[in-house]
Amino acid sequence: MVDMISRFKTLLATLALVVLAAIPAAHADDLKPLVDGLGKSGYAALRQAVGALAATGDPAVAPILQSLSTGDLYVRKSDRAVFAATKAEDGFKLTDPATGTDAGTATSGEIDKIKVNNAVREAVTTALGSLTLMSPDIAKRRLAAADMFRNGDPAQISLLDQAIAKESDAGIAATLQLARAAAVLKSDQPDADKIAAIHVLQTKGGRDVLGQLTAIEASSADGAVKTAAADALTSIRGTLKLWDGAQNILYGVSLGSVLLLAAIGLAITFGVMGVINMAHGEMVMLGAYTTFVVQELIRNNAPWLFDWSLAIALPLAFLVAGLVGVLIERMVIRYLYGRPLETLLATWGVSLILQQAIRTWFGPNNREVGNPSWMSGAFELGNLTITYNRMWIVVFSLVVFAALMLVLKRTSFGLQTRAVTQNRPMASSMGIRTPWVDALTFGLGSGIAGIAGVALSQIDNVSPNLGQGYIIDSFMVVVFGGVGNLWGTLVGAFTLGIANKFLEPYAGAVLGKILVLVFIILFIQKRPRGLFALKGRAVEA
Amino acid sequence: MLTSFILRALDRRTSIVLLVILGIGILLPVLNLATDPSSPFHVPTYVLTLLGKYLTYALLALSVDLVWGFCGILSLGHGAFFALGGYGMGMYLMRQIGDRGTYGNPILPDFMVFLNWKELPWFWTGFDHFWFAAIIVLLVPGLLAFVFGWFAFRSRVTGVYLSIITQAMTYALLLAFFRNDMGFGGNNGLTDFKDILGFDIQADATRGALFFASALALAAGFWICRAVIASKFGKVLVAVRDAESRTRFIGYRVEGYKLVVWTLSAMMAGVAGALYVPQVGIINPGEFAPANSIEAVIWVAVGGRGTLIGPIVGALLVNFGKTWFTSGMMAEYWLFVLGSLFVLVTLFLPKGVVGTLMAKKDRKPAEKPIEDVVAPGAAVQAAE
Repeated sequence: MVDMISRFKTLLATLALVVLAAIPAAHADDLKPLVDGLGKSGYAALRQAVGALAATGDPAVAPILQSLSTGDLYVRKSDRAVFAATKAEDGFKLTDPATGTDAGTATSGEIDKIKVNNAVREAVTTALGSLTLMSPDIAKRRLAAADMFRNGDPAQISLLDQAIAKESDAGIAATLQLARAAAVLKSDQPDADKIAAIHVLQTKGGRDVLGQLTAIEASSADGAVKTAAADALTSIRGTLKLWDGAQNILYGVSLGSVLLLAAIGLAITFGVMGVINMAHGEMVMLGAYTTFVVQELIRNNAPWLFDWSLAIALPLAFLVAGLVGVLIERMVIRYLYGRPLETLLATWGVSLILQQAIRTWFGPNNREVGNPSWMSGAFELGNLTITYNRMWIVVFSLVVFAALMLVLKRTSFGLQTRAVTQNRPMASSMGIRTPWVDALTFGLGSGIAGIAGVALSQIDNVSPNLGQGYIIDSFMVVVFGGVGNLWGTLVGAFTLGIANKFLEPYAGAVLGKILVLVFIILFIQKRPRGLFALKGRAVEA
Repeated sequence: MLTSFILRALDRRTSIVLLVILGIGILLPVLNLATDPSSPFHVPTYVLTLLGKYLTYALLALSVDLVWGFCGILSLGHGAFFALGGYGMGMYLMRQIGDRGTYGNPILPDFMVFLNWKELPWFWTGFDHFWFAAIIVLLVPGLLAFVFGWFAFRSRVTGVYLSIITQAMTYALLLAFFRNDMGFGGNNGLTDFKDILGFDIQADATRGALFFASALALAAGFWICRAVIASKFGKVLVAVRDAESRTRFIGYRVEGYKLVVWTLSAMMAGVAGALYVPQVGIINPGEFAPANSIEAVIWVAVGGRGTLIGPIVGALLVNFGKTWFTSGMMAEYWLFVLGSLFVLVTLFLPKGVVGTLMAKKDRKPAEKPIEDVVAPGAAVQAAE
């Protein structure tokens, strides 16, 4: 049975080979007279022959034309047949340029090199461009069409028309239309055609079109074309402004998600427990370094696992940072409950120790953390370019937020945490072990900071100072959103992120940040308890 | 009335401290100038400069203690006032360079020539005069503190919230001063000073005079703080520290008291910064870093907050330690030591070195009871 199947497979394979071999042979027969046309004397005739070859749209033509322009084509004096020739020991070794089959040898006296001049080379380039336009490979066609659009060569209008007629892919056809319009605008066609072309470009919009139209508007004489171009420019600029706004929102959401990740752990320790943890940033840093260590181990021992490195690092980072958090709570913070200012100082000390410990172990320099393949690259959405790592971080931050909400609202641990937060003596007398709840809640907050570190390692430098850059921003988010309220943290993070990005174009990155800080300082004056202040009894707790 | 206010502060202990500070302020420069370098009593100039720097740190610590130890306001942004005072002095010193800069421009400082600026920005006018700079050194930190405090105290931002927004304040200033187009030298700050009041800033005699000036400023600061604490005003401050709401209910305008002492403290920090700059020879935005402000707080905590000698002792102790550590092989362990100091002092020595000693010596309860600085009503007391 097995034997039969394998024999059947062999048979199929043989058949396929035969069929495949037959197809180019058939083409080659059609091409042969055209290829021999290259052997006619005179540059004009040569250019015509190049055009004739290109018009077939056969992908086999491309290598022939390439060897023509590199000077590898020769014509045999006896029958004016054209061959590709390479130097052999005695004379030249001939191959059929269309099929690549061996065609014997010749002495240098029997063949002439086909000479080309610049005009011919240009014709070859154009022909090659048009050939890629006809290529069966969609990706190649797309590239070629985009290239045509950028160049906008009037000489290629008829070629573009042919390509448009043949094109099956709607996206590429649209690009070709644009390329045609760009070419028309540079040609000397009548104004009506040009105006039609401007309209084609206008519907596309975007920065590259803006550049081309600006050039047209500047160069063309007053009249219908200039007015049409000016109108199109205004409309495109208006659309671009909208896209810019969308872009700012997108960047803002991206920054907001980073802030959310950094602040959400703090929202638990500061917001829910009332503990100021200045070492919070260092928990983020520990998470990032955990990712680094995991990736190092994977690189050295199991490179095929690399795409999974982040998935492996996540639970580990949670454990490492969470464990350190529990240790800090047990060794330092529990002695300082109810003395927030002392807690602040002590945890600052802890943060210095952690930073220096990492510096001593891993060195003061940035560490390389790689992006797995599914996090590198970008995709286009309208006029926006979105990188995959930013997108995943937005998704990730929301998932973490939802998971945390679930833990706090739906698990018995979350119930105990909330009970201890609202009324410690009462919770204690109901049998909740408040010291344990404290330690675990602090561990949870720290662990989430560790998870944030895994995500931030993808977009930031992993160095001992990683955490410091986030600590003030995180505090601002928590304070702005309202202490003790996770929804406030969510809204606060995205508001600050978007506000920051909208200010940046007007005020510059640094001044924008300063303005946001000043705004928060003023905001706290107005609403000292944040955007989503707790009301009722919880305030007094 | 003012004289009685000042003189009443002059009890025996205060007089001794003042005499010790001033005595050191005179003795060390004399030992530097009048003795031969080979003599065992000779004080090298670099030691003098280093100690002068410590004295300005001590004044900064004193100003932090005035608001933290006696009014319960933990400022994590006093480094901002210190640095602003420093920039005031630095701008005066820049103007004294004249055409001796690298580019030899008689009007513009080097960094402005480098940035291709054509004329002096308006806020640099007046800094040719020492008296103007001296006023600015007091005025700008004072004004910033006044505006900041006016907003903050009026809307009753207290406890850790206040600490965090003071930190945000100094962070915002850090970012702002890093910008080249602010006109304060950007990243590099102000440096390459030549003269102060016509004297060569590198000369031993000038160094000695600056050291004495630092000691004098520290003594004056100590005396003023003592006068404030000993007055009726000071009693209210302590009441605000220990029970802010109760003080308010009794009928005191808590905001006003806080605002006055906050502004005074910021001006003291400004003076400290102004004396710091000519001795170290540079001021740059790094001085605004939040870490610097927090370090000043730990000096106070180590020495003992709520005592006025404590911050001075703490600043000297911690900085001696820092110099000793960072100059030797142990440089990279300094942060471990500093970090442990933060943790251990808050856990085991909440009164600081001086506070603990005083409590032991006095037998009877310490002159100023030192209790937790928790303001009742702060939301962060959730954990209690």
